[in-house]
Amino acid sequence: MAETQQGETRRDFLYIATAAVGAVGAGSAIWPLIDQMNPAADVLALSSIEFDLSTVEPGMAVTVKWRGKPVFVRYRTPEEITSAEAVPLDELPDPQTDASRVQEAKYLILVGVCTHLGCVPLGQKASDPRGDYGGWFCPCHGSHYDTSGRIRKGPAPLNLFVPAYEFVSDTTVRIG
Amino acid sequence: MAAKFDNAIVRWIDHRLPIFSFMHHELHEYPTPKNLSYWWNFGSLAGIALVIMIVTGITLAMHYTPHVDYAFDSVERIMRDVNYGWLIRYLHTNGGSFFFIVVYIHIFRGMYYGSYKAPRELLWMLGVVILLLMMATAFMGYVLPWGQMSFWGATVITNLFSAIPVVGQSIVTWLWGGFSVDNATLNRFYSLHYLLPFVIVGVVILHMVALHRFGSNNPLGVDVKSAKDQIPFHPYYTIKDAFGLGVFLIFFSAFVFFAPNYLGHPDNYIQANPLVTPAHIVPEWYFLPFYAVLRAVPDKLGGVLLMFGSIAVLFILPWLDRSPVRSGQFRPIFKIFFWIIVLDSVLLTYLGGKPAEGGYVIAARFATAYYFMHFLIILPALSIFETPKPLPKSISEPVIGGGGGFAGATAAPKENVR
Repeated sequence: MAETQQGETRRDFLYIATAAVGAVGAGSAIWPLIDQMNPAADVLALSSIEFDLSTVEPGMAVTVKWRGKPVFVRYRTPEEITSAEAVPLDELPDPQTDASRVQEAKYLILVGVCTHLGCVPLGQKASDPRGDYGGWFCPCHGSHYDTSGRIRKGPAPLNLFVPAYEFVSDTTVRIG
Repeated sequence: MAAKFDNAIVRWIDHRLPIFSFMHHELHEYPTPKNLSYWWNFGSLAGIALVIMIVTGITLAMHYTPHVDYAFDSVERIMRDVNYGWLIRYLHTNGGSFFFIVVYIHIFRGMYYGSYKAPRELLWMLGVVILLLMMATAFMGYVLPWGQMSFWGATVITNLFSAIPVVGQSIVTWLWGGFSVDNATLNRFYSLHYLLPFVIVGVVILHMVALHRFGSNNPLGVDVKSAKDQIPFHPYYTIKDAFGLGVFLIFFSAFVFFAPNYLGHPDNYIQANPLVTPAHIVPEWYFLPFYAVLRAVPDKLGGVLLMFGSIAVLFILPWLDRSPVRSGQFRPIFKIFFWIIVLDSVLLTYLGGKPAEGGYVIAARFATAYYFMHFLIILPALSIFETPKPLPKSISEPVIGGGGGFAGATAAPKENVR
């Protein structure tokens, strides 16, 4: 291959072009095999539910299942709302005002999955421990959530997630 | 090379496909250091445990249904209705535990006798790969009965990946195939639980190729100097391994027949319930030390990184311990620290099974810190500051060379009896 000064460049180009086309081809062939593991259409289709709030009384908490996960619906007492609103933001590991986490102050709606490693925190039943801040307590690794579902103490990095929801009527909420 | 075989058919086949020569060379005449102690039994035991797991696993798969509505019941059906189903399942569940016991002993043996040192670094690293594959396989297998511990163990462990910045949650959703651990998760775990053991077989073969390149290390840690230091694998080590296997099977049977659920959790006989977390989620005992490390760190990402780091550090062990002396027998200070790291690992195992609160967390932090200190500080420092005892000139010397100075360094007892 010493005929020209750049005698090798044409062959090099062919090598690189072949490898590049091969890599793109392999990549596009692999993608369906990877993407098949993502949620399937029927799983995605189950992504919203409606819930009747009229069955919930003040101070009561109800767990509903949404996307295979528990959703906590808590009808908060005035004291719980006041204590949630009174917390200074700089005391929070994941600062969020209580107002930004609710649409109607008395109904707190949260995904009941600890943001640490996914356990279901205790605090829904009257007999459950509710942690040091009156909200929820995760028994797995000891995270404490307050009455706004915000992380206050323990290894969880984030507040309990607020799902997308809207009030379809005064007493019905659609989650998802 | 080619061995002589009496049987004409064997000769005919071997001429065309030299499997008989290969087996004769690697399993019969294969020259092995003559001073191997019973600590060297655990490699072949691990291989046998792998075979037990694959055979019982394939038979269980003939009766198991990987669906959230049927999995739990199909396992109970195996226990009650399938002929010998109870035996096969108990062999499989306890077999997993015993596989880990054997492998952990095998690893500590390698650590004590410096079996990871040149030229066996890749042999050691392949072993760590096998350990990782075993952990993945065991974790996914534990999900299949679809009990409470199955479900919540799967939830907690897959959630570890959510600690990865930015893409973490997408990765977890991808692993789940949904928005929580559900049917899609169970199905893929079943598929992979069936696949990975065969990947392990592949890596075990590489492990064997790397082993047979230079042969086994030995309790003295000195290289083989001549054929006098070696004996053929068969019959000497085949019989020694067979005896060890018998002892192993006694212990194994004791658990399978008399305490089959001792190493398990009662909660896993409750069907999975996505809305209720058990009070204490505890992994199987063989994951406890890593679980303790995970929980020792108050930060989520930090805990996950440190947990994976506790295995990653084993990968680079050959380059952390720079001492030219392999065997701990000739390293007076190393020997002490070796037993401390053994105790530290036992302590972490204990702490991993305790609730993450109060004194347990503090103890776990110290034990975790010590674990990393051992590998990252103590071993490199010992390589510099420790003065090893004089090494024997060969494997034979302490036995037949009248090496008076090596009274404490004798080989396996059987070597003294000629």
